[in-house]
Amino acid sequence: MDLHLNAAKPSAEERAAIDAALEKREAPGHHAPSHVERAPAASSNGLPLRSKRHLLLPVLHAIEQRMGWISPGALNYASLKLGVPPAEAHGVASFYEMFSLTPRPPVVAHVCDDIACMTRGAGALCAELERKLGPAGKPCVGGKAIWQRSSCLGLCERAPGALITAAGETPRERVIAPAKAEGISSTLTEAASGKLLEQIDSIDAKVSVPQAGQPQLRLLRGVGQVDPASLDDYRRLGGYEALRRALQWGPERVIREVMDSKLLGRGGAAFPAGKKWEAVHLQRNSNRPHYVICNADESEPGTFKDRILMEGHPFAVLEGMTIAAFAAGANKGYIYIRGEYPLATERLGHAIRTARAQNLLGESILGSGFSLDVEIRRGAGAYICGEETALFNSIEGYRGEPRNKPPFPTQSGLFHQPTVVNNVETLVNVPEVILSGGAAYARVGTANSSGYRLFCVSGHVVCPGVYEVSLGPTIRNVIEMAGGVGGTGRLQAVLLGGAAGSFVSPKELDTALTFEGTRAIGATLGSGVVMLFDDSVDLKQILLRIAAFFRSETCGQCVPCRVGTIRQEELLERLVQRKPLGSNEQETALLKEMAQAMRDASICGLGQTASGAILSAMDRWSLFS
Amino acid sequence: MSEQAQAPSPLTPIPPAPAPEIPPGVARRQFEIIIDGNRVAVAEGATILEAAKKLRIETPTLCFLETLTPVNVCRVCVVELEGSRALVPACSRKVEAGMVIHTDSERVRLSRRVVLEFLASSVEVRTAPQLQEYMKRYAARREKFGPRAATVAQPEKIDNELYVRDYSKCILCYKCVEACGVDAQNTFAISVAGRGFHAHIATEFEIPLTDSACVYCGNCIGVCPTGALMGKTEYDMRKAGTWDESRQTHTETICPYCGVGCELTVDAQAGQIVKVSSPLDHSVTQGNLCIKGRFGWQFTQPKT
Repeated sequence: MDLHLNAAKPSAEERAAIDAALEKREAPGHHAPSHVERAPAASSNGLPLRSKRHLLLPVLHAIEQRMGWISPGALNYASLKLGVPPAEAHGVASFYEMFSLTPRPPVVAHVCDDIACMTRGAGALCAELERKLGPAGKPCVGGKAIWQRSSCLGLCERAPGALITAAGETPRERVIAPAKAEGISSTLTEAASGKLLEQIDSIDAKVSVPQAGQPQLRLLRGVGQVDPASLDDYRRLGGYEALRRALQWGPERVIREVMDSKLLGRGGAAFPAGKKWEAVHLQRNSNRPHYVICNADESEPGTFKDRILMEGHPFAVLEGMTIAAFAAGANKGYIYIRGEYPLATERLGHAIRTARAQNLLGESILGSGFSLDVEIRRGAGAYICGEETALFNSIEGYRGEPRNKPPFPTQSGLFHQPTVVNNVETLVNVPEVILSGGAAYARVGTANSSGYRLFCVSGHVVCPGVYEVSLGPTIRNVIEMAGGVGGTGRLQAVLLGGAAGSFVSPKELDTALTFEGTRAIGATLGSGVVMLFDDSVDLKQILLRIAAFFRSETCGQCVPCRVGTIRQEELLERLVQRKPLGSNEQETALLKEMAQAMRDASICGLGQTASGAILSAMDRWSLFS
Repeated sequence: MSEQAQAPSPLTPIPPAPAPEIPPGVARRQFEIIIDGNRVAVAEGATILEAAKKLRIETPTLCFLETLTPVNVCRVCVVELEGSRALVPACSRKVEAGMVIHTDSERVRLSRRVVLEFLASSVEVRTAPQLQEYMKRYAARREKFGPRAATVAQPEKIDNELYVRDYSKCILCYKCVEACGVDAQNTFAISVAGRGFHAHIATEFEIPLTDSACVYCGNCIGVCPTGALMGKTEYDMRKAGTWDESRQTHTETICPYCGVGCELTVDAQAGQIVKVSSPLDHSVTQGNLCIKGRFGWQFTQPKT
C-alpha cells in the first residue's frame, strides 16, 4: 500500500513529540507484540509486518499532551511513521472524547455532571462555572483554558469531581474532588500560566475506603495502611507469596484451584475466571502467542472500585495478573486503564518498573522459566472500550468498536490470538484464591456467589466509598455499613449496577447482594454500584442523564444502538416536557418496543442494556402518568 | 510480419482452454440445522444466511454483500437462534451442528421492523429501493418518532466531476469503506469517523476528495445500497428530472481499455451512456472497476 498523505506538514514540536513517543515504545524492554496479525482478509500485502498500528493510540496521546489538539500536520506525520492511512488515523482519533481535532486551548477542565455527581451538587457547580468562566466549551482564562461537561469520571465517593489536563512541554493532570468552582478556576489559571507543579494526587483512604484498617479486609487490606509505591510494604502483607506458590504448583493446579473457588468476574458479566484461563491454556501447543489483559477501563457510572485498588494496592493487581498469565500461558500483558485515571496509571507504571527490577516481571520470573512483560495502555475517553472486543480494537489502533461474538476472546482476542481478559477486582481476588485454596475460598460468601466483593456506594449516603464484603449481605446491610441514607434521610431509590443496571425501590432493600439474589428481582450486581437517591431528587432528570450517557457513549456501529439511544433520549425528553406523541401510554409502549429491539439486535452489551435502568424505574414508579 | 500472420483473427473465436485440474480438497463436514422447522444440510463454514437461501428463505440484508467481509452492523438480517439470549446476524454467524433457527418469529419481525424504522427516521431513503421494499414487507413506519426526530441531513458534497456524496442518505453500512480498503481497492481514502449518532464516512479532516487518497475507481458507488454515493451524470439527471430507468437499456460488454478483460454493464438512455457498472458475480471484476472503465466513456458522446 502506498500511503497517500495530504499536504499538511507537522510543526517541529509535533514532530518531536511523535518521535519521542515512538522512541520510548521501541526501546529495548518495550517489546512489540510478538505476533501482530489481523484477520486473513486484512493481512494481504504484508501490511501488518510493516505496520506499527498498535502504537497509534499512544502516539495520539503524545500529540494531544504536547499540543492540546491533533492537527492535520501532526496526524499526517503520525500516519507516515506508523504506516496507517491518514483517513483511518483520523477515524480513530475522532472516536475518543479526550482528543480534539480542532484547535483547543491547552488547559481543559472536564467537569463531571453524571448521576452520582448530580446528587452532590454538580448542577450548581456547572451553573457557577458558567457565571465565573463563561459557557462550557468556550475558551476562558484569557483564551488559554476551557471547561466542559463530562460523563462519570469515577470520582463518585468525593463527588462532584473534575479532571484538569494541561498540554505542553511538561503536561500535567490534576484531579479535583470534591470540586468547587473556586478550586477549578484557580487551578485553570495556575495551569494556564504554566505554574501547575507536578504533584501526584494521593488517595485519602479515610475518605475513599471508610473501612480502611479493619482486620477482616482482604482485597482492601493494604489500602491506606501501606505505601502503595513500596514493594517491601506489599511483601510484608504477604504479597507475592501467592505467585511463588502458583509457580511451584504449575498452570494446571492453579486453574483447578481457581475453578474450585467459583471466582466470577467482577467487571459486570460475572463469567467464571477459571474457565477463561483454561480455554486459553488448552491452546498452549497451538504455536500462537497468548495474551492477558487487565481491563481497567472502569467507566460504568458510579463505579470507582478498580481505581481505588490501582491507586492503593497496585502490586496486588500486578500479582494477580502475573498468576493469570502463568496459568493461561501468556507472555505478554496489557493493562488498559481509562484515560481519566492519572494516579492509577502512575502507580501501576511504578509497580511494573519495580517488579521488573525485582524479577517479578520480565524474563524467567523468580527463576521459574516463565516470562511475562506488561505494558500499560491508556484509554482516551470511551466507555465502550471497556467492552472486551472493543478494547482489543483500541489497543490494536482501530476504532473502539466491539466485534461480533463468536469467536470469543479465548479463541480470537487481541491481535486475533487467544486472550484472557480479567477485570482489576477479579485479578486482586486471585492471590486470595491461591493462598486460601480454591475450596476454602468457595466457602466464603454464598454457594453461587463466592468470595470477596467490593461495592461502590455513592449518592445520598452518609459515608460514600468502596466497601468490601464477603458476598451475601442485603442492600440494607450495605447502606448501614455506609452510615445510612444521607441527604434528606428519606430514601427514594437505589441504583444497582450503574447506568447498565437497574433501579430498586426502598421496599426491596432486603434483597441479598448476590448474583442470584439480584437476579430474582430482575436486577443485576453489575460492577458493584450501589447509588442512593433521596426523595428530593427528580428521578426523571436522572433517567434523562442516563439516556444522554448512552447516546454519547454508543460507538455508532450498529443501527439499533446508534439510533435507538438517541430516540430513547428524545422520547424521555418529550415525556419530561409533557409533550408526548399521543398519550404517555403510547410513548411507554414505543419505548418498550425500542428497548426490545436494542436488547435483541445490538452487537454488544451497551445497546443491549441501554434501556434497562430506565425501564426498571418506569416499572417501579409511575413517573409519567 | 510473420508474428502478425500467425496471430488468430479477432473474428475467429478462441477455443476455451481446458479447465485446470484442481485436486479435490478434504471434503468439508456437513452440518444439519433446522430453520423454520425445515432440516437443511450445509457445509461447515457456511453462514445462516447461506443455509436460509438454500431453503429459499429470503433474508433482508443491507450491509451484506457477497464480495465484502461481513460487518454485520445493519442488523436487519437478525434471526432467532434457540439457546441464544440475543438475536444473531444471519449474514456472519456460521452454522453449528444442531442449530434451531427461526427467521420469522415475533421477535425477529419486531427487531427488523424497528431497525428499519430507526434507519428511515434518520436517513433520506428516497433513492434506496431495497430499503423501501423491506419497509413495506415489515410494515415499518418512519414517522412514529415524531417530526423532531434527529436526522443526519446535511448538504451534499460535490467536489469533483465524477461522483457526488450525499451523506443525508447514508445508513453507515461500511460497504464503501470496505471497498475502498482491504476488500477491493486498498486505497484507504475514507473511513468511519466520529462516534455514535454522529459517526459518518469521511476523509481525514473532511478534506475534499481531490486532496485525499481517492483514485476515483468508483467502487464505493458500486456497493452503496442507498444512492448516497452516485455518479455525477445520474445525480445531474435526477436533479433535472430526466433520469428514467424504464427507458434505459443495459448492454453487457468488455472494457476496451486494457487487457484485464473487465465485464461492463453499460446503461444508456436516449442514446447516451448514463452509467457503467460491472456485475458482482463476474470472475474478473467481482463488481469492481477502475476510473477508466467506470467513468471513461465521455468520448463516446459530445460534451454538453
